[in-house]
Amino acid sequence: MKYVDEYRNQKDAEQLLRAIHRRATRRWTIMEVCGGQTHGLLRYGIDEALADVVELIHGPGCPVCVTPAEQIDRAIELAERPDVLLTTFGDMLRVPGSRRSLATARSTGARVRAVYSPLDALMLAEREPDLQIIFFAVGFETTTPATALAVQQAARRGLHNFSLLTAHVRVLPAMEAILRSPDNRVQAFLAAGHVCTVTGQEAYEVPCRRHQVPIVVTGFEPIDLLRGILACVDQLESGRCEVESRYRRCAHREGNPQARRIIEEVFEPCDQPWRGFGMMPQGGLRLREMWREFDATSRFTETASICEVDDRCRSGDVLSGRIRPMQCPAFGKECTPDSPLGAPMVSGEGACAAYFQFHPTIQNAAVDSPGRKT
Amino acid sequence: MSGETSGCPLPSDDGGRVLLAHGEGAKLTRRLLDEHVFPRLFGTGMRPLEDAALLPPLSGSPVLATDSFVVSPLFFPGGDIGSLAVYGTVNDLLVRGARPLWLTLSMILEEGLPLSVLDRVLDRIAAAARCCDIAIVAGDTKVVPRGAADGLFLSTAGLGQLVEPAPIGVSEIKPGDVVLVTGPIGRHGIAILTAREGLRFEPPPTSDCAPLTAAVAALRNSQAAIRVMRDATRGGVTAVLHEWSRDSGLTLFVDERQVPITPEVRGACELLGLDALSVANEGTMVVVISPEDSIRALAALRDAGYAGATAIGEVRSRGVVPVVVSRALGREQPLVEPSGAPLPRIC
Repeated sequence: MKYVDEYRNQKDAEQLLRAIHRRATRRWTIMEVCGGQTHGLLRYGIDEALADVVELIHGPGCPVCVTPAEQIDRAIELAERPDVLLTTFGDMLRVPGSRRSLATARSTGARVRAVYSPLDALMLAEREPDLQIIFFAVGFETTTPATALAVQQAARRGLHNFSLLTAHVRVLPAMEAILRSPDNRVQAFLAAGHVCTVTGQEAYEVPCRRHQVPIVVTGFEPIDLLRGILACVDQLESGRCEVESRYRRCAHREGNPQARRIIEEVFEPCDQPWRGFGMMPQGGLRLREMWREFDATSRFTETASICEVDDRCRSGDVLSGRIRPMQCPAFGKECTPDSPLGAPMVSGEGACAAYFQFHPTIQNAAVDSPGRKT
Repeated sequence: MSGETSGCPLPSDDGGRVLLAHGEGAKLTRRLLDEHVFPRLFGTGMRPLEDAALLPPLSGSPVLATDSFVVSPLFFPGGDIGSLAVYGTVNDLLVRGARPLWLTLSMILEEGLPLSVLDRVLDRIAAAARCCDIAIVAGDTKVVPRGAADGLFLSTAGLGQLVEPAPIGVSEIKPGDVVLVTGPIGRHGIAILTAREGLRFEPPPTSDCAPLTAAVAALRNSQAAIRVMRDATRGGVTAVLHEWSRDSGLTLFVDERQVPITPEVRGACELLGLDALSVANEGTMVVVISPEDSIRALAALRDAGYAGATAIGEVRSRGVVPVVVSRALGREQPLVEPSGAPLPRIC
C-alpha cells in the first residue's frame, strides 16, 4: 500500500537505527509530543532498539488524556438531560470522569453516540430537530478545523439544536509548559506531524530559540519516527537548534492557512485546565463571542460538580513525562484497559495503553493471574 | 404487554407493515405465515404442520449449535441478516466437523417493520439454506413493540451429524503445528462499519459472509490431519488465537506480514486505526494443522477456490504471553485481545 509500506520497510529501518547509533556519542533525551507517535515507537520496538542512545519521554499529545475529569462529568450531566443527544469521538466514551465514563452513563440511560466527525453530529441535528445535539469536541489543532466548520455550517443552516461542549487543546502552550518546568529533561522534540499539517511550523521558532531546543516535525510510521529521531540527534550532536521537518509529504512549512483561518474565525485561545498539568495558560480554545450561542455550557445551565479524580491514578505525572507508565503503582494492577483508572490507559493514543499493549514482560506480569495455566 | 397495547394500532391488516397483532397467534399471525413466511421458506404446498419437528435417526453423533443475529444494517455489501443467520449457524457446525442437516429459525420482528423487508430477508434465508443443503424444520415468530428491537432479530439452532474423522480438538495442538487462514481477513467487520457509519470507501468493502462448506470438504479430502478449525467471527483471528491459547496452555504465534488482507480492508484499518487481526469475519476460518500436512492442505484449499488461503503462524510452547505477533519491523510483541469491539452488533 502506497505511503504505508515504504515507511515500514525493515531494511530502511535497520539502516536508520544504525545511523542513529553511529551519530550519537552520548544518550539524549527526546520527547515525542503526540500519543500516536508513542504508540508507533512502542509498537515497532523503536524505544528498545535505541535505548542505549536515546531516552524517549512520552509527551502530553493525547487530547483525550488531558481532558479534565470535570469536563467529562459535565458531558455526562448534559447527556442525561432528556432533550439531549451527546455526540463525541469513540475514544472519549470509556474515559473515566470522576466517577463514571460516558459509556457507563449510556448504560443507565444517558443518550450518547460516537461519531467520526463533528459534521456527523451536524447531520444528526438536521435529522432530529426535537433533540438538542451536543458535540463534545476534543482534540488538538488537527481536529479543531472540522469543529469550527461545523459551527459555521450550523449557523448557516439555522440549526439551533446544535451546540458544542469544547475541550479543544493547543499543543504549543503544553510544549512551553514542559520546557519552562524546573525539572525539565527534554533536550529535543519530535513535533506532532498531523498538528503541523494545520498549524505549520513557524510557530515553533519561538520556543526553539527561547529554550535552545531542536524541534523536528515528525510523522507516525516507523521510518518517519526514525528519521525524526536521527534529525534530533544530528542537531544535538552538532550543537544546532532548529525547527525542521521530516514529514514533508504531509506537513508544509505554512501548514493549512485555510484551516487556520477557520479556527481563528470561530475560536479564541483561553486558559484551560489540563489533566496532569493544572491550569494551562492559553492551552485551550473557546468559542468567540459571536458564536457563543453554540456553546453548550451557556445554553444549558448545569451545575458541574467539583470532583476528585481517583488518586491512585498518576496519569498527570505520566502525561508530563515525570514518570513512565509502569512506574505508576496502579499500572497493570488496579488499572488495566478493561478497568482503567485514567484516560491514558483507555485512549488509542494513551501512553499507558501503549505500554500495556506492546511490552511483553509488563503485560505478562499484569495479565497472568495466579490461576493461569503455564 | 398490557402497558403497550394502548399504543398498539387496531389489529387490522394494513398490508405494508408488521403489526403487534401479527405476533399474537390469531388470524393475522396465520396470514403472516401463510402469505409471507411459508411460501418463501418452503415453496407452495409444503410446510411444517406441528410446532416441533420429528427428525429421522442419525447414524453418527449429533452436533448442535445455536446462534442469534442482530446485525445492523439488515442488508450490507456482500450479505444480509438472513444469509448471515444460515451461514453463521452452518459454519459453527462445519468447523466442529459436522455435516449440517437441519435448522430452526426464530424471528423477533419489530412492530412497523415493512413487510417488504421481511420478504427480502426470508428470500435470502431460503436461498442460503438451499445453497447449504440444510432444511429449515421448525420456527417461531414474535412481534415486539416499536423500539423494543431494531427491525428484525433472528435466532437459530442447527443440528448436524459428525463426520469421521473429526478434528481432534484444541487440546491436541502441539508446538510446531501450523496456523492457517482460508482467505483475506477482516472483510465482514469493515463492510458493516462502512455501511453503518456511511463511510465512503471506493471500492466499498464487501463482507466475506459465506458458508465454509467447500473449505472444510477440501481439507477433509486432502486427508490432512486437522487439529482444530474455527470461523473467526467476533473478535476476529485474535479472539480465536486467545481462546486456543487458553484451552491448550500453549502460545500461538502469528506473523502479520503473512496475513492476507484485501487493499480495501487494509486501507480502512489504516485510516480508522483498527487491527485487521481483531476485525470480524463471517466466511473465513482459522485452522491448526500438523506441519507435515500444511502444504497439502493449503494446495487443496486453493484448488477449491480459496485463493487467499495462507499459513500465518504456528503453535509454540508456552512463552511469556498467550498470543504473539510479529509486525512490520519483525519485532515480536503480545497480540492483546481488544477490550471492546470497535463496533457492536456486527452479526
